[in-house]
Amino acid sequence: MNRPKMNPPQAGGKMKLPVGPNAPGGYLMDVSSGMRVFRPVIDQEKCVHCLRCFLVCPDGTIDKSGEQLEIDYDYCKGCGICAHECKVKAIEMIMEGDA
Amino acid sequence: MSGEKQFISGDEAVALAVKQAKPHVIAAYPITPQTIVVERLADYVEEGELESKYMYVESEHSALSALFGASGVGARTFTATSSQGLLYMAECLHFTSGGRYPIVMMNANRSLALPWSIFGDQRDSLSQRDAGWIQLYVENVQEAYDSIFHAYRIAEDPRVMTPVMVNLDGFILTHTYELLETLPQEQADAFIPYADYANCIKFDEENPMNIAITGGPLLNMEFRFQQQRAMNDALKVIEETDKAFGELTGRTYGGGLVEAYRCEDAEVVLLSLGSLCGTIHVVVDEYRKAGKKVGLLKLRSFRPFPVDKVAEALSGARAVGVVEKDISFGYEGAVYSEVNSALIKKGLCPLTRNYVGGLGGRNFSKEDICGMFDDLLEGAPADSVQFVNLRGDIDYGNEC
Repeated sequence: MNRPKMNPPQAGGKMKLPVGPNAPGGYLMDVSSGMRVFRPVIDQEKCVHCLRCFLVCPDGTIDKSGEQLEIDYDYCKGCGICAHECKVKAIEMIMEGDA
Repeated sequence: MSGEKQFISGDEAVALAVKQAKPHVIAAYPITPQTIVVERLADYVEEGELESKYMYVESEHSALSALFGASGVGARTFTATSSQGLLYMAECLHFTSGGRYPIVMMNANRSLALPWSIFGDQRDSLSQRDAGWIQLYVENVQEAYDSIFHAYRIAEDPRVMTPVMVNLDGFILTHTYELLETLPQEQADAFIPYADYANCIKFDEENPMNIAITGGPLLNMEFRFQQQRAMNDALKVIEETDKAFGELTGRTYGGGLVEAYRCEDAEVVLLSLGSLCGTIHVVVDEYRKAGKKVGLLKLRSFRPFPVDKVAEALSGARAVGVVEKDISFGYEGAVYSEVNSALIKKGLCPLTRNYVGGLGGRNFSKEDICGMFDDLLEGAPADSVQFVNLRGDIDYGNEC
């Protein structure tokens, strides 16, 4: 996933905080997904990479930089628009906790 | 090398010190009794004596906002305010301390409306206790001047990187003329050399930076913890600064945090802050001549609060009076709460009383101070909070 984040820290290492809340530009600084009830899960077998979900996601959480589409769960609010719009029904909404 | 002597007011002394500190950017809005500071600085810039960008802003909120940006890219900055102006800045006080911008501000302590009063008390700055600024209180014109140099050195220390507010009692200090020994410019330059700040951000297309990023549930606490650590480190830096300044000039302020006067064997100590300490000082000498063991503890740094130093100085006292020009309605003076908390933390429980007075500019006389010492020497008033010098000719209606 090509989404530069300050969090989580690099595996094994500790994050170094700047003096005061300043940071290199272009980083996502916080997460915003704690309110999600249903989590969209992509069935990569069914996905035809049409990018319809990428276009309709209101929070821009679908990443297409890799070979497969990935959802950034740090920002996905679980609105379900992607699942509703997917023509091949490759996205299923699963209750958080059951996912 | 010693400096020249000048007969000068508190406001003028602050302006002179700021000129010598050579801030790159000054943004301020005039307000009584701070006005002379910004007028003098404007003169210095106009006459070419100070090479600084002087921003004529439309409000205090804008003044501190402008410095927030300037300090963010590494400029040395200065502003001054008072009373309502400080409150109008309140939002930006938190922005700038949270951003760790080493801004230096002079605040002329003045009453808050309503009732409207342009005269002095300390309710303006004390009410901003939790704004994350270092707060120093000064006793006289010389200390006001010297403390501006202290303030830059403390604020810009990489361990601190926190804005500093230097508080002068309105009119009593801002407008009173005293003899001042100035710091030669070479010494000023050497004491507060300018260097890029630890968090300074320069425009760099290759490595773009964001100033003032968001910090919600994931990082907010860590930045706050960092602020708290910086404030605790400031205790040490304030002491180091006072020592270094003393070596340079011969003038020290009790180690920087508190100044204890004849406290060693004192049975009764009055603790206060600001110009009132001058009056208490005189009374202590008179009482000592009469064989009464009294002392004065001047609180110079209100934030960070020097718990150890306060407790140490008060450890032998039987009774402690906290004299302040402040009241937190429904409880007591803010400084009194802090002092009690410090004492109890160190296992000390002298009798303590809070003397609230000087509100809206009412004078504290020598006799008032004598009254407090007498009270505490002979027992103590029953109520912990005493309003000093309250008029006796007022009918408040129902007595309760």
